[in-house]
Amino acid sequence: MYGIFIIFLFYAIGILISKLFGEIIPGSVIGMVLLFVALMTRIVNTEKVKPVACFITRHMALFFVPVGAGLMVTAHYFKGATLAIVTASAVSTVLVMITVGLIQQFMEKKND
Amino acid sequence: MINTLFTIQPFTLAFVIGTYLAALWLYRRTKLNLLHPVFTSILVVIGALLLLDVEYAAFEQGSFLIDFMLGPSVVALGFGLYEQVHLIRKNLLSILTAITIGSIVGIVSVVFIARWMGADETVVASLEPKSVTTPIAIGISARFGGLPPLTAVVVVVTGVFGAVVGPFVMDKTGITSKIARGLAMGSSSHGAGTARAIEMGAVQGAISGLSIGLMGVATAIMVPLLRLIIK
Repeated sequence: MYGIFIIFLFYAIGILISKLFGEIIPGSVIGMVLLFVALMTRIVNTEKVKPVACFITRHMALFFVPVGAGLMVTAHYFKGATLAIVTASAVSTVLVMITVGLIQQFMEKKND
Repeated sequence: MINTLFTIQPFTLAFVIGTYLAALWLYRRTKLNLLHPVFTSILVVIGALLLLDVEYAAFEQGSFLIDFMLGPSVVALGFGLYEQVHLIRKNLLSILTAITIGSIVGIVSVVFIARWMGADETVVASLEPKSVTTPIAIGISARFGGLPPLTAVVVVVTGVFGAVVGPFVMDKTGITSKIARGLAMGSSSHGAGTARAIEMGAVQGAISGLSIGLMGVATAIMVPLLRLIIK
């Protein structure tokens, strides 16, 4: 229960901070950073957070299902631009993936 | 009648989780990237809702708890960061460089391809933050003249697409480093990509989770800067 409490607590604090700063960065991302800091500084018990954190992140794919199913009602936003939207997004996604992956790998090897 | 059934949370929860478990089983049996549960579950749920003539609003109400868990799952990624902190420290410069350039490549490429294919400026503005987690993407889209609902759709499609094709693309381009693979998944396809990266391993998952946040911040900074240049 401690683990669940900690995750919801940091989510709540994250949302609060996000709202104070005009919601530029989402509360969940701020909560992630704060949880990381709290674990590093031993403010929270690492061993007790572990099982809950591991369980939720392992099944993260499940949590995307409702948003994804929302496609059935928002498909009309694509209107006439479907092909442009799909092509641009798909090509750009692959480009980002390759760029980021190759730069990281190249700099990593140079480092060793 | 069937609409009412889907507004009842236990019913919809059982339906979605059951679908996910079946999809997970199928994926583990076949090991085909194309049959990733994030993709097949969504297809099956949409198919079932259309077939049974269920309104999305009813389903949305019933599946609220699952949708809600997206936030806590991002928070929980902080634990993975903690576990991999030595790797992040050692690779900080390369991680920041890769994310900054990746963010620029993502924005510029999507803008040029969409414009070239005849999309109007509203659509282009909606696409700019496509590689960023939904809440950040919607904020960026709204501020620069995009349509937030369109952005939300594109972000989800991008995430699922990246999660499905990611391992294949990286194998083909020789991206083998665990850090590089995690970083590439999270920066190109945010949460859904991270869900996929977690399956690859603890390092990939943690780095991917980190890159969701970094990519969000980098893109929020780069969109206004690049608008000055490519307008």
